[in-house]
Amino acid sequence: MSGPVTLPAPALVNRESGVRTDHVVVADMVAAGARVLDVGSGDGALLELLATTRGCDARGIELSREGVNAGVARGLAVVQGDADVDLAHYPDDAFDYVILSQTLQATRRPRWVLEQMLRIGRHAIVSFPNFGHWRSRVDLLLHGRMPVTENMPLAWYETPNIHFCTIRDFVDLVEVMGARMEKAVALDSSGHPVRFNLPWSVWNLLGEQAVFLLTRKD
Amino acid sequence: MEPLVEVAAPLEAAEDARARREADTPHSPVVRFGPEAPLKLDAGVLLPGLQIAYQTYGEPNAARSNAVLVCHALTGDQHVASVNPVTGKPGWWETLVGPGKPIDTERFFVICSNVLGGCMGTTGPASRNPATGSAYGLDMPLVTIRDMVNAQAMLLDHLGIDELLCVAGGSMGGMQVLQWAASYPDRVRSALPIATAARHSAQNIAFHEVGRQAVMADPEWHGGHYLQHGVTPHRGLAVARMAAHITYMSDQALHRKFGRRLQNRELPTFGFDADFQVESYLRYQGESFVQRFDPNSYLYVTRAMDYFDLAADYDGVLANAFRGSKTRFCLVSFTSDWLFPTQDSRTVVHALNASGASVSFAEIDSDKGHDAFLLDEPELTAIARGFLDSAAKAAGLPAVRTR
Repeated sequence: MSGPVTLPAPALVNRESGVRTDHVVVADMVAAGARVLDVGSGDGALLELLATTRGCDARGIELSREGVNAGVARGLAVVQGDADVDLAHYPDDAFDYVILSQTLQATRRPRWVLEQMLRIGRHAIVSFPNFGHWRSRVDLLLHGRMPVTENMPLAWYETPNIHFCTIRDFVDLVEVMGARMEKAVALDSSGHPVRFNLPWSVWNLLGEQAVFLLTRKD
Repeated sequence: MEPLVEVAAPLEAAEDARARREADTPHSPVVRFGPEAPLKLDAGVLLPGLQIAYQTYGEPNAARSNAVLVCHALTGDQHVASVNPVTGKPGWWETLVGPGKPIDTERFFVICSNVLGGCMGTTGPASRNPATGSAYGLDMPLVTIRDMVNAQAMLLDHLGIDELLCVAGGSMGGMQVLQWAASYPDRVRSALPIATAARHSAQNIAFHEVGRQAVMADPEWHGGHYLQHGVTPHRGLAVARMAAHITYMSDQALHRKFGRRLQNRELPTFGFDADFQVESYLRYQGESFVQRFDPNSYLYVTRAMDYFDLAADYDGVLANAFRGSKTRFCLVSFTSDWLFPTQDSRTVVHALNASGASVSFAEIDSDKGHDAFLLDEPELTAIARGFLDSAAKAAGLPAVRTR
């Protein structure tokens, strides 16, 4: 049913359920029955997961026409729009959670987008590829090249990702913005959460992706 | 594609009579409301003896929860999925409405009525005025989109339908969909407004005014009393239709269809014959239109669109029209539609977001202009199907039958 959809980063899929592991981590952070806005909802897979497994009132914004049309054809509430512009049109506290899954690095104004998310929703869930992962560092250090990995498969001149950051960079931004960090999960290269409670510097090395649950400080 | 004709054919008396007949005794069911149930119009007057002509397809279920109302555009009618009795052509939205189609007549009870002010059996300027026994003409009060919707609500009451699974329509039909959602939020579970706007733009009012002036400039209009004179201002109406038809297409579509190709000739005639195919096509569109549409009705219905400004009834804030709405919305626009451009739909989407309503919005890549909503657009079909399916699921209707 769904047409070809370019995702910012291909992610690991659970072989049995066909569900992306980072989606499962995100969905676990959402309270059942919550009102959720997924910014950059792609083909609607996460929206569908939230609606079916968590009973959420889940809605999406997606930039690509193919993604929107695929999502709407699946019966999901998806609006064609640009996160960098259209978030301004949502009222305060319209949602319980606003999710930005693998999209932060593709926005023109990441900080503005995060601020809008915490205005529209009480909680924000953000997942992104970690540029501080050891493999990215090795690529730069040994080869002197921008990393191209399984999760970031496009060359620098083709990727929609224009604002890469590391886990530590993101933690700094959260502090500057004055948001509260409720949960943080680093995913290793096989897409599983890094289990141990480790210092940021280690997560920053081992986490290929990171998922953060933020809450607005009132 | 429409056949291309060389010369404007003279208005055929038989077809004219057939079109005229439809105004009072149409080839479709009608409901006539007595003098005790007048329609209160926005113009501030009561319209007694309202007649509504409609078509239905499919059957209501036991809970009467599967009704879908289709609202037609400016020159459409109630014959959405069945042969038109005047033109003999298929229903105007058979791309979306019919057995197994997204608006599935085997699953849903589909209702479509001729709009108030129309000329296919619902009270309009060509209808007989019960007070005088002859056609209303300009004695018919001006009507609005909201009046059209209120008339449809009377029809639904008559049919015993409290709640609509979906209200769907494009262009002026989409305006009615938005008005339905604003006026009767508790009766509308889902709304599918396509290629439309919450208010008619200055440019669109301007185009309509050109059309009306063309009708009124025809000496056979006779100040609106042409029926009493036994004539019809068909030349003026044809010009109005020609001008309007250009706005329904895109530059690319016109170029693709006709380019600068000549009509059945090798060289230009150095005269004002229809040398170009595009001229011949427009003349054909104009001439075939006047055989099925009442000129005064064209004035009334275009005026209703001009007056449409949904936010104006809600302190100028469109979001207020949908405040607290439980209706699920799905809006669709087309990239090459310059009559109701994507920005018009986006304005509605932003208002719905601001009001917290559930909304989907897709812009479909098409070079067919405004007309795209009436044509076979696979993405529109897929979106409408997905939206209707999810609306049916949310309403607890059984899953779609496998065909």
